[in-house]
Amino acid sequence: MATTIETPRAPHSVRRNRGVNWEKWGWIYMRASGVVLLILIFGHLFVNLMVGDGIKAIDFAFVGGKWSDPFWQVWDTLMLWLALIHGSNGMRTIVNDYSTRPLVRKILLGAIAVSAVTLITLGTLVVFTFDPCPAGSPADLLPSFCPVNQ
Amino acid sequence: MPENSAGTMTPRRPAGTLYRGREGMWSWVLHRITGVAIFFFLLVHILDTAMVRVAPEAYNAVISTYQNPIMGLGEVALVGAIAFHAFNGIRIILIDLWSKGAKYQRQMFWIVIGVWVVTMLAFTPRHLINVFSHLPGAGQ
Repeated sequence: MATTIETPRAPHSVRRNRGVNWEKWGWIYMRASGVVLLILIFGHLFVNLMVGDGIKAIDFAFVGGKWSDPFWQVWDTLMLWLALIHGSNGMRTIVNDYSTRPLVRKILLGAIAVSAVTLITLGTLVVFTFDPCPAGSPADLLPSFCPVNQ
Repeated sequence: MPENSAGTMTPRRPAGTLYRGREGMWSWVLHRITGVAIFFFLLVHILDTAMVRVAPEAYNAVISTYQNPIMGLGEVALVGAIAFHAFNGIRIILIDLWSKGAKYQRQMFWIVIGVWVVTMLAFTPRHLINVFSHLPGAGQ
């Protein structure tokens, strides 16, 4: 086997670990999701706080009206997933920056992961199993399209 | 100038290109603080919205706490945090991906502040009118 002698001062090439470069994808995710979230959240704030009577108009009937439209179901679900993963990854960065004891770091990262998975699951289930016209509820609290209000 | 233990001279002020102090550092500090604040609001906001799955009365009870005047002011702070984080996020993307981004990061910071001020001028009066003009006894 012939030995090749490298050129003097040839750049030392470090062999990267094989496998997915998660930090790189995290970096890309923060930027890509950030741009989408800017549109989703500004739209959410505009429709819920600026149009009509703003926050004063928000009640069960308001949410019922929004989520009987697949457009807002998809909008809010997308917002939920993108925002919670974006926020959790940001919190992970901060924990990595400031935690000095490995055990504390592990506990905090675990807490972030558990709360993210729990809330994404909860939120997604709420959006898609939601009933805008629950039986037995007072008619004046329900959206106008519910059978009790017809 | 102070001398450290290694006997080398340490300049009292960081050199001009160092990313410390001024716009670069403060935008980073604000991005962290607003990010953490938004994260914790998001946790609460998912839970309060989940009340729609419990009962109309439960959701209306929890959402009415967002409609009192003190919370109304809190929502101005929240939207302020979101708007700064969003606009500064665009600045970060431009620093990373635009060939002249790092060169103009300082100018972009002041553009972020300017756009933020315009956004808040549009949002704050509208929101506060909604919060304060529908109070019980406000003469609706």
